Amino acid sequence: MTDKLDRGRLEISADECKGCGLCIVACPVQVIEFSKTVINKQGYHPAQYKGSGCTGCGTCFYACPEPGAVTVYRLAKQAQ
Amino acid sequence: MYEKHLEKPASFYPEYPRKSGNQAVTHYCPGCGHGIAHKYIAEALDDLKLTERTILISPVGCSVFAYYYFDVGNIQAAHGRAPAVATGIKRINPHSIVISYQGDGDLAAIGGDEIIHAANRGERLSVFFINNAIYGMTGGQMAPTTLVGQQTTTSPRGRNIHNEGYPIRMCELISALEAPVYVERVSLHSPGGRAKARKAIRKALENQVQGKGFSFVEILAQCPTGWKVSAPDSLKWIEEKMLPYYPVQVFRDKSAEAESWAPPDVTYSDADVLQLIELPLEDDAAPAARPKVAEQYRNPRIKIAGFGGQGVLLLGVAMAQLGMMEGYNVSWLPSYGPEMRGGTAHCHVNISDTPIGSPLVSASTVCVAFNKPSLEKFEKEMASDGLLIYNTSMIDIEPTRKDVEWLPIPASEIASQMGNIRFANMVVLGAYIQKTGLVSMETAIKGLPTFIKAKKLIGENIKALETGAAFVRGELKI
Amino acid sequence: MPRELIKGNEAVVKGAILAGCQAYFGYPITPASEIAEAAAKYFPLVGRTFIQAESEIASIQMVYGAAGGGVRVMTASSGPGISLKQEGISYCAGAELPCVIADIMRGGPGLGNIAPEQSDYHQVVKGGGHGNYRCIVLAPNSAQEMCDLTIKAFDLADQYRTPVYVVTDGYIGQMMEQVNFPTAVQHPKRHDWGVHGDDATRKNLINSIYLDPEELEEHNRKLQKKYVEIEKKEVLVDEYRTQDAELLVVGYGIISRILRTTVDLAREQGVKVGLLRPVTLWPFPAMRIQELCERVRAIQVVELSNGQMVEDVRLAVEGRKPVKFYGRMGGSVPSAQELLGVIRKL
Repeated sequence: MTDKLDRGRLEISADECKGCGLCIVACPVQVIEFSKTVINKQGYHPAQYKGSGCTGCGTCFYACPEPGAVTVYRLAKQAQ
Repeated sequence: MYEKHLEKPASFYPEYPRKSGNQAVTHYCPGCGHGIAHKYIAEALDDLKLTERTILISPVGCSVFAYYYFDVGNIQAAHGRAPAVATGIKRINPHSIVISYQGDGDLAAIGGDEIIHAANRGERLSVFFINNAIYGMTGGQMAPTTLVGQQTTTSPRGRNIHNEGYPIRMCELISALEAPVYVERVSLHSPGGRAKARKAIRKALENQVQGKGFSFVEILAQCPTGWKVSAPDSLKWIEEKMLPYYPVQVFRDKSAEAESWAPPDVTYSDADVLQLIELPLEDDAAPAARPKVAEQYRNPRIKIAGFGGQGVLLLGVAMAQLGMMEGYNVSWLPSYGPEMRGGTAHCHVNISDTPIGSPLVSASTVCVAFNKPSLEKFEKEMASDGLLIYNTSMIDIEPTRKDVEWLPIPASEIASQMGNIRFANMVVLGAYIQKTGLVSMETAIKGLPTFIKAKKLIGENIKALETGAAFVRGELKI
Repeated sequence: MPRELIKGNEAVVKGAILAGCQAYFGYPITPASEIAEAAAKYFPLVGRTFIQAESEIASIQMVYGAAGGGVRVMTASSGPGISLKQEGISYCAGAELPCVIADIMRGGPGLGNIAPEQSDYHQVVKGGGHGNYRCIVLAPNSAQEMCDLTIKAFDLADQYRTPVYVVTDGYIGQMMEQVNFPTAVQHPKRHDWGVHGDDATRKNLINSIYLDPEELEEHNRKLQKKYVEIEKKEVLVDEYRTQDAELLVVGYGIISRILRTTVDLAREQGVKVGLLRPVTLWPFPAMRIQELCERVRAIQVVELSNGQMVEDVRLAVEGRKPVKFYGRMGGSVPSAQELLGVIRKL
């Protein structure tokens, strides 16, 4: 395997997201989008991680108004 | 392989059981700046390990329910009063970290007085001020920070400077005061702005940890709902409309040089407390045998009157004090208020064997008049056979009442000859004591320090007492 | 027992310190200012907090904040200032925060004057602020009671978690009398429902919001239940020569002192009058008035107002006997002789 691992990974809690899109415009590498299929408990199309390309910068975390909607992971040191 | 880097701060409750409905999410609208500010505060509380000792004051406005979210001690305050409530709780919990969190209507309109004075006292608080230029909770009315021309439900044609005036800049106002230690305006419109906001929030908390004074962070925050724009567009709205009027900058930072201070933590023994509030433990018991008093001088109802500054009220206090020391029931009631300041003053004194009903003296049995208007006014209301003491130094007429006993005394002149005209009241007291024998001279001398507070004047006041008594005995030549 | 010739207003402060009051938040106003002045003098000396607030509104909100910390706390004012404090008092009642408010009444309405009146009766006894609440109202008529009832006010406030007023007129506040002070200094335990800024009290919330109508109604019912208990247990009344009275006079504060003299004057003239003085204005001694009204021919109420307490007397008497009212306003205080004339007309 020579595929380089992404430096970061993202979890967006679909049920906590209010679909405001602030994370989407904040993301410098544009790896977040609105789900076109999911409608969450609150009636929004939640934001979702595109699945790759996250750098773990955290910009989306600090742009998101919902305390628990976004969790950012970073690649562990030994894995890099 | 991946480690959690950023997650919901632990200073938030995991879920929000105080909230009705969906307890997994906040009550804020999509895109609202409050949630972001909350997150930064919670993150800072986590990092600085302050959660346990933090007390959050929730305001009235959109953030009225901030206590749903923060796992800290919570107090919800009336509209605009958060800084006063914060002052109260901080003063009795100096070790705690008190956050006053307010919106623009709350802080800059109805609570304008409270925030200015909390700042001016230098309260050791961290104040976070969310400025979104609108009343959110009540549905989009004009805020004191609403921009010129901005349409709201109560400025439907746009804020008009001729009707509503200009938007208020709180950081600029607060930083005009001497006491605040740290005043900064930040903005949530961009990643860089948000980084500064996180830093400012942290600093405001650190200042409080270190016992530095008042820290104030104004956060320009978006209200997509109130502004009727999308969340992404609301960030542009801040940038284009708010930033030109509300410059983002540090207005004051004395954090480094400000003194760290906490109130002294001293405990006082009960004996200390009694002593410090001037309640002596030992009781001055009334003398076993009171002086014998002639019938007409017993249970006096006394009216004393003169110009303010003639010691009228003090003479009454002295009579009541000495009466109490002789074991009588006593009362002293002054005329009070503006008339004390330069006008005429009078007081009512009762000294009685039995409990005193009305402390007001209407048919006085003793009348002391220090000046002419007082004689004219109060001799009329005397009871028959009463004792009328009048200061002939300032009264050049005779009393009209022939059914009362006269005791004319040139009190001001006697006092003046002693070197201080202000002793006239003690001259009269000495004369009264000599005349009636209601209290002994011994008691008077013993009691004098309770009503003559200046120690260096006690000797001269005793002399004034004795001189007044000597006058009544006919031993004094004027 | 320490004995002192002292103003009623100052006796309030010494009483408060002995009761373990930790903080005073006030604002100057005649004729209550001596309370703030004495608090400013003594509170810091014994490690307690004194702040002169920017307004009456802020001072009661500071009280709210400190009371939320579970300690004893007080403020004081007079009519115009009490009007402003009503907001905070309503919040204290709603959040069930104990606190003590001294009101040294002056002339109104509006700026009125600084002379004694009893025209705050309605605003302190009937609520004053918004919402379904009551405050306990104690009405001292001597410097001694200014101390004693202040101490009692703190005890009642704590016991029922409710604001308690100590209400009197300018004369009782300004008057000096002998006060025998207790020597016990109370050390009340900090309430565990308070927010102390520690882990143990972190889950506590001081709040008066109940969004759900059912919850708010339940909260209100709980408050009313407490008020019923207070009405049952805490009525205080003082009587003078009522045992064989054929006429009853009712008054509080300075008026009760004057009426006491009037009762003696009337008795000298063979008129069998007795005096009833409500010591608690709320809870009002309605039961006792009902009992006495069986025995007396008529009841005369005297107030320094347009007739405020008289409404409660009439509610108690329920029309069974004539209830007459005599009031002076604006700071005019009737003499004992003047009131004798009023009684002679009954």
